[in-house]
Amino acid sequence: MKPIELSEQITQRWKGRARVLRDAKHPWCDVECFPDILRELARWLFAELSYRFAGLIVEEGENEWELRYGFYGRRDEGFVQLLVRRPLPERTFPSISEHVHAADWHEREAEDLFGLSFEGHPRLGDFILHDDAWQEGVEPMRHKFDGNKPVTQRAPKADWRPRRIVEAPGAFAMPIGPVFGALTESVHFQLETVGEDVIRTIPRLFYKYRGIEKIAEGRSVEDALLLAERFCGTSAFAHGFAFCQAVESICGVEVPARARTLRVFVAELERYRHHVTAIEGICESTALAVAASQTAILQEELLRLSCVLTGHRYLFGLLVPGGLTRDLQDGVCRETLATAQNILRRLQQIDKMLRFSSSFLDRLEEVGIVGADEARNHGLVGPVARASGLVRDLRKILPYSAYTELAFDVPTEREGDGYARLRILFAEAVQSVRIMEQAFAALREGPVSVPCPPKSGAALGWVEAARGAAFQWVRIGDDGLVGRYRIMPPSFANWHGFHLAAENFAFQDFPIILATFDLSVAENDR
Amino acid sequence: MSQWVRKGIRTGIKTTRYPAAAETAPGVSPGLPVGGTLAASFPAGRCPTDAIRQTSDMVAVDYRRCIHCFRCGRGVPTPLEWKPGYEWAALPEQRQNPQSQLGDAFAHSINIIVVDVGDCGACLHEVKQLNNPYYNMHRLGFFLTPTPRLADILLVVGPVTDHMRLPLQKTYDAMPTPKRVVAVGACALSGSVFGPSFVCCGGVKDVLPVDVEVPGNPPPPLAILHGLLVAVGRKQPAPIISPATAASQEVTTQ
Repeated sequence: MKPIELSEQITQRWKGRARVLRDAKHPWCDVECFPDILRELARWLFAELSYRFAGLIVEEGENEWELRYGFYGRRDEGFVQLLVRRPLPERTFPSISEHVHAADWHEREAEDLFGLSFEGHPRLGDFILHDDAWQEGVEPMRHKFDGNKPVTQRAPKADWRPRRIVEAPGAFAMPIGPVFGALTESVHFQLETVGEDVIRTIPRLFYKYRGIEKIAEGRSVEDALLLAERFCGTSAFAHGFAFCQAVESICGVEVPARARTLRVFVAELERYRHHVTAIEGICESTALAVAASQTAILQEELLRLSCVLTGHRYLFGLLVPGGLTRDLQDGVCRETLATAQNILRRLQQIDKMLRFSSSFLDRLEEVGIVGADEARNHGLVGPVARASGLVRDLRKILPYSAYTELAFDVPTEREGDGYARLRILFAEAVQSVRIMEQAFAALREGPVSVPCPPKSGAALGWVEAARGAAFQWVRIGDDGLVGRYRIMPPSFANWHGFHLAAENFAFQDFPIILATFDLSVAENDR
Repeated sequence: MSQWVRKGIRTGIKTTRYPAAAETAPGVSPGLPVGGTLAASFPAGRCPTDAIRQTSDMVAVDYRRCIHCFRCGRGVPTPLEWKPGYEWAALPEQRQNPQSQLGDAFAHSINIIVVDVGDCGACLHEVKQLNNPYYNMHRLGFFLTPTPRLADILLVVGPVTDHMRLPLQKTYDAMPTPKRVVAVGACALSGSVFGPSFVCCGGVKDVLPVDVEVPGNPPPPLAILHGLLVAVGRKQPAPIISPATAASQEVTTQ
C-alpha cells in the first residue's frame, strides 16, 4: 500500500483517534494516535499489511513522553511511525509485543532504562542493567540522571538467580561466559540441556553496555559521530553513515554527488570484508582449518586494502556530516576495485571447494533452522533473514545515497539453515563487488563535502549495514548539541531471534549456529 | 579433502618476517600523528580526546588517548604529520606491579587469555588476525588459551564496562603468578570516547595493574605483536610520549 492510501485508510478506520502527518517529499508517514488504539494499529500494520518493525524510540520531553514505533514496508511502501504521547509523570503504556513480537526487547529496554511500564508485557525486568549489579529505580536515560558520574550507591538483588525453564529428569543448566573461548566477545549463555540436546538457549547480553545513547547526549554532532563509528568497530562505516544521513536530513544538506558515490563504494567494501570475516568464522567453527586460513588471508588483504584506500583498516574517520573528510583519488579507487575483484575470484574458488566438502556441509545443512514465519515474528534482519526467505533490504526498499542509481540483486534462500546463511554471504559478497564496479564507473569529478552547520530538529537515518537493517534517530537541540541519540542496530534484532536457531540441537552444533548467525555483541550492547 | 591440502601448499608462505625484519607492506598500519615543533598554532579543542597538548611551539601527542579520528591530519591549516609504523607498545609511566616479571623460562612459550571488557569488536578482530597466516603468532611461541589457569598474559581490550569489571577481576585472580597484563587499544588505556562514565571505567588501569600499553584505535596486529614481545622482554618498548615528558623535554631544550 502506498503511503497516501495508507494514510487515508488510517484516517477512515480510526477516525478521531489517529492523525496522519504526511510529508509528500518523503516516502513515509507519521501517525499520531491515542494510546488505546496503539495495539490495534500496530497489529494491523504488522500482521495484516506485513510491515516490519524497525524499533521503538522513547523521548522524554519537557512535559510529556513521546514514543515512536517505527515500521517499514515493501518497496514504495515507505516508513510508518506511530507516535504516542503521554504527560509526565505518567509511566504506563500499552505493550504491543503480544502482536508484534519483534518489539519485545525494545519494550524491555525502555522499561529498564527509562523506568516505563508496558501493560501486558509478560517479562520485564533484568535486561540491560543486570539485577545482580544494579538496584531497581536507576533510570539512566532520564534527563535528571548524570551520565558522566559513576553510580557508587549500589544495592543489587543478592538473591538474583538465572531463570530456569526446563524441568525434567536429568535437566542441566550449562552456563557459558561471559569470559569463554579464546577470542569471543563477552556474552553469557545459559544452555538448558537434557543429555546431548540443547532444549533452551537463554543469552544474557549487555555485559558490554557502554551507555552510548546516554553519553552522546550533550555532545556536539562531530563528537557524537565518533561514538557512532566506534560502538561497533566491525561495521563502523555503516553506522557512521546512518548517523551522518540523519544529521544531513535534519540540516537539509544535500551531499555532493562524488561523496554519495564514494560513500557507497566504501560501504560495500565494508560489507564485503564483513562477509569474508563471517565466512571465515563459519569455516573455523567447523574446524576446517585450511579454508579458515584461506579466508583469513583474504580478510587481512581486505583490511589492508581498506587502509590503503581510506587511511584506516576499519574505515574510521572518513565520514563527516556533509560528505567525506578527504577525497579518494580515482587511481586509488581503481586499484582498490581491481584488488577487490581479484579477492572475489579467490573467494569464489573457496566457495566452490566448500560446496564439495561433504564433511563441512554435514555440519551446516539442516542445522540451526529458522522458518520464515518465526523470522518475521521475531523481526530478524539482514543476511540471516534473507536465508529464511525474507527479502527486505533497505538499499532497495528505502534507497538512500547513491543506491537509487545502482543495479544489484538481493540474494535470498528458503531453507533457513546454516548452509543457506553461508550461501547468502557468498552471494552478497558478489553483489558488493558488483556495486563497487558500478559506483566506480559512476564517479565524477567534484567536491566531496559541503558545510553542514547544525540545526535543531530530529530525523531518522538508516542504512543496510552488513548485518542488516540499521536505524538511528538523532535529535539536535537549539544549542546545536545532540539531545537524543537512539541506535536500533541489526544485531539487537537478530540476537532476539538467535534462540530460534540454537534450540533443539546438539551441543556440538552450538558454535556453528552461533557462527552462521553472525552476531556482534558490541553492536547489540551499545 | 586432499584438495584443501593441495590448496594450502600452493598458497605458499604469507607470513610476515617481523620481528626479524620490518614489515613494509602497505596497509598494515594506519600510523599515528607525530608531535614536535609546529609552525602555526593547532586549533584548541580540535582533538576530541585531548590527546594533543600544545605548549608554546611544541606539540605532544599522548598516544594512549589517540583514537585515529584524523582530525589533526585532515581539514586543518597546519595538519600534524602521520607517521607509519607499528612498534608502539610502551611501558606505563609508573610500574604498578614489580612482581609481574616473567622469567626467561617464559619468553618462548606464552599462553594468552584475551578478555573483552566492552571493546567495539575492532581490537578483538585485530587480536584475531594474529592467528591468521599473515601474522601467525604461534611461530613466536604465543598461544591463546580459553582458561585463565593456563594463562601467563592477560590481554585486555575495551574500556572496562561496569558489568565486566568483576569478570575481569576474577579472571586476573584465577591466573597463576607471575602474570602480566597487556592493555590493548585506546579504550583500554584511557577509556577513549566512552569513559569514564556511569557504566565505563577510564581504562584497565582503574581495575588492574597494567604492565604493557599498546596504543591505537584499534592497534594493528603488528602493534599487538610488538606489545606481546615487549611483555616477555624480547623487544624494546617505545618511548613514552605523554604531555608530562614532552614538557620536560621542552625545558631541557631551552
